[in-house]
Amino acid sequence: MHDDHDHHDHDHHHDNHYSDMQARVKALETVLTEKGLIDPAAIDTIVDTYQTKVGPRNGARVVAKAWSDPDFADWLRRDATAAVSSLGYTGRQGEHMRAVFNSDDTHNLVVCTLCSCYPWSVLGLPPVWYKAPAYRSRAVIDPRGVLAEFGVTLPAEKKVRVWDSTAELRYLVIPQRPEGTDGWSEEQLADLVSRDAMIGAGVAAVPGIAA
Amino acid sequence: MNGPHDLGGQMGFGLVAPEKDEPYFHADWEKRALGLTLSCGAFGAWNIDESRHARESISPATYLSASYYEIWTRALEVLLERHGFTDADEIESGHKRFDGATPKRVLKAEMVAGVLAKGGPCDRPVEGPARFAVGDHVRTRNFNPATHTRLPRYARAKMGVVEAVQGSFVFPDDNAHGKGENPQWVYTVVFGGGEIWGEGADPTLTVSIDAWESYLEPV
Repeated sequence: MHDDHDHHDHDHHHDNHYSDMQARVKALETVLTEKGLIDPAAIDTIVDTYQTKVGPRNGARVVAKAWSDPDFADWLRRDATAAVSSLGYTGRQGEHMRAVFNSDDTHNLVVCTLCSCYPWSVLGLPPVWYKAPAYRSRAVIDPRGVLAEFGVTLPAEKKVRVWDSTAELRYLVIPQRPEGTDGWSEEQLADLVSRDAMIGAGVAAVPGIAA
Repeated sequence: MNGPHDLGGQMGFGLVAPEKDEPYFHADWEKRALGLTLSCGAFGAWNIDESRHARESISPATYLSASYYEIWTRALEVLLERHGFTDADEIESGHKRFDGATPKRVLKAEMVAGVLAKGGPCDRPVEGPARFAVGDHVRTRNFNPATHTRLPRYARAKMGVVEAVQGSFVFPDDNAHGKGENPQWVYTVVFGGGEIWGEGADPTLTVSIDAWESYLEPV
């Protein structure tokens, strides 16, 4: 059975075993199920978790609270793991969190050049581009060029700090709060915070302009 | 190892090509591959570092042309075979042919929420104080091990400054190979763009890595 979305990546360099990933993975799941090693319902639950429960809305709420509550922002700077977990966002690939704050002087960008390290507990599963060679290779040597592809042009004098996630610390970028948002609720503010902005591959949306 | 995964600064991969309104999965098999990888990780037979090393040990031509879920699946098969849970014949046939190794646990649906919420913290206490302090100048070591390491090639033999002492963590270079967790202090070390990339580097650029203590030498 061929899935018509399965178009991105597998068009060359493949032995026969991997020419049909749908069949390959199905075979693996069947073998492991017959051996009592896995519970297919657990896979369903994992998928449901990351499709409906754990995603970038978590991170957006962290950012919105940091914009609204200076004490929380300070806590994030000192102990992001504790501050983030106080909002209920804990667990896999968020065990050791660090928050890095964009400022007038500095823009932060997060990458994992060696694999796909990413703060799942606040951003959910990483997008394909984050795990692919183009981003992983270029983010550390040409971050401005990468940002331009996301529609972000930084002032020439602005410093760019790239965080390569080579250990088990997981980085969340806190974008700058847009102007014109005084008095906004945290829920309203969270709507301005995209996943890309929390990787550093974007900035927070300006009120009145679609994110 | 100097594998295909160590991508920082390589060229020729083209545009990043972010996808607008990207779906969580691009095919049903990707969902199953995610769930299988996490479910089998729960066996307790290998650790995250051995998993990463299995992925980076995929041959370069294959690694660079595969989607990440394919990389995960290929590495998972290697790990399952290495630890005696299945073999190539079973996977090829798609059916059980022998009783294999027994996992420490089987992840059932009702366990998933708890397991994901708990995660896998890898901070560990170490004896002895941190060797370096914030503000110290350090040089990363120059080495090319054939085994697992988390010091990228682009950041070897480079001068940097310790920006943060992050605590002590499992040492992946050992843990990936069954040599124990052997925790070390981990530091965020920041480098000027010019130190890493030399001529023509963006003068506004700094890059940091998180480095285990044994990756660093005092200057």
